Amino acid sequence: MTDIFDSFILRALLAGIGMAVATAPLGCFVVWRRMAYFGDATAHAAILGVALSLAFSLPVTLGVLLVAVIMAASVTWLNEQGHGTDTALGVLAHSALAFGLIAAALTDSIRIDLMAYLIGDILSVSTADLALIWLGALFVCGLIYWRWPALLLSTINPELACSSGMNPGREKLTVTIALALTVAVAIKIVGVLLIAAMLVIPPACVRPLSRTPEAMALFAAVAGVLAVCGGFYLSLNADTPTGPSIIMVAAFLFMTVTGAAALAGLRRGG
Amino acid sequence: MLIEAHGLSVRAGQKQILEPVDFSIDAGEIVTVVGPNGAGKTTFLRALIGALPLTSGHITRAPGLRIGYVPQRLQLDASLPIRVRRFLDLPVRAQPAMRDEIAVFTQCDHLLDGQMGQLSGGELQRVLLAHALMQRPQLLILDEATRGLDHLAADSFYRRIEQVRQTMGCAVLMVSHELHVVMAASDRVLCLNGHICCQGTPEQVIATDEYRALFGGHSAGMMALYRHDHDHSHDGAHARQHGHHNHHHEQGGTAAHGQARPAGTADNDITQPGP
Repeated sequence: MTDIFDSFILRALLAGIGMAVATAPLGCFVVWRRMAYFGDATAHAAILGVALSLAFSLPVTLGVLLVAVIMAASVTWLNEQGHGTDTALGVLAHSALAFGLIAAALTDSIRIDLMAYLIGDILSVSTADLALIWLGALFVCGLIYWRWPALLLSTINPELACSSGMNPGREKLTVTIALALTVAVAIKIVGVLLIAAMLVIPPACVRPLSRTPEAMALFAAVAGVLAVCGGFYLSLNADTPTGPSIIMVAAFLFMTVTGAAALAGLRRGG
Repeated sequence: MLIEAHGLSVRAGQKQILEPVDFSIDAGEIVTVVGPNGAGKTTFLRALIGALPLTSGHITRAPGLRIGYVPQRLQLDASLPIRVRRFLDLPVRAQPAMRDEIAVFTQCDHLLDGQMGQLSGGELQRVLLAHALMQRPQLLILDEATRGLDHLAADSFYRRIEQVRQTMGCAVLMVSHELHVVMAASDRVLCLNGHICCQGTPEQVIATDEYRALFGGHSAGMMALYRHDHDHSHDGAHARQHGHHNHHHEQGGTAAHGQARPAGTADNDITQPGP
């Protein structure tokens, strides 16, 4: 057993699969609720979290989680002040990234580490990281499974959820927290710049194949795992960076499915 | 009393959308909210169901109150695949028999296996009504539910609402722009324009200066239809217009507002000559 987990490639592969499992159902809500940019912004803000954690010698996951949650709260507050969501996100994401880079520059010792968090370094995943990733993934999946009907109805229409005695605000918070957690956990693997892609591309890829929300979440997980395995294969054989390779395979899957669906639509139409 | 609001007011930023409003609705009552665009009608409904933070006031609900809500429109994101059947089963999976019965009643039975995103406007409205009925509501809230429907579709929609009241005995609170429907089917009319301008039975409301100021031009036809009722000046008498295209009137007796009573007693139709 120890031997197997000592193999850094297997550890990395399992870490990638764990991430794909968590980002699939969560990514569906990100797509359905039009929060793609929100995921992106959370990922950008994570850099500030990393810098602060390293500066104060805190666990990186904790720092990222904290900053992501603070950013989500700030977006809501800016919303209430009359700023559009995308404006609020733009202001916060870019400021957080700038603050993060400056904080990193002021602390000389962390300059090198930061690069790893930007593009990720999946091959350096330790056994402890692997455990954390799977714990996080199972927690996110469990949370979404538990809140599924309420999340779904709040996503379709918040007023309908309200009239059925639910609290759409709480469901929004559920998605936000799951998102913060996923970014915090996944930041080490695919890196800040690519997390948003893993959240959005697999669900978008399988949308034309899905007739129910549950199927879409499941298919997205399959597409995500395929992208991780394909990305690894590519990375090992062509010596390409692993994180970007995973996203490249996901993008290829997306284009294939979308193209095929468009062709099928044309054939039906004509 | 199903739901009661005291001094309910809503502000968005610096703008007061709703001045303090007192409101309550009884079991089986049909109340219609009318008012010009931007009068705060939708805000009022959303505040009542708890979808908006109140600036002031409080809302008391009957314990365990079940509300069915039909929104003005449903903007379903195209990225969300969901069949009508699954939508009707949200948030709680219902008895299939009950779902089928409601689907037949709302004429959605042939739509159940279709995708929500591919419904026409009228179909979507019927599915939303079916969803509201699936909650077994004691209070049905409709926010301009017939917006975008033609007259025929709107008429049949409201006729179905009246049937719902009869068979399920639920109260109905609706916002409507279609004054002829309002006057025909409501026990009470609430005229809203940032605050409650006037309220009462349709006859009482029509007679107020506030109502004329708001709807003067548009309601000329309505006034002609109802004038003879006022000439008679019964004590608290209700007049109900039956159907929407014939001009028959039924003297609905002297039921005080708030009391549930059968809505479609066509036998009692009295054809009255104009004044």
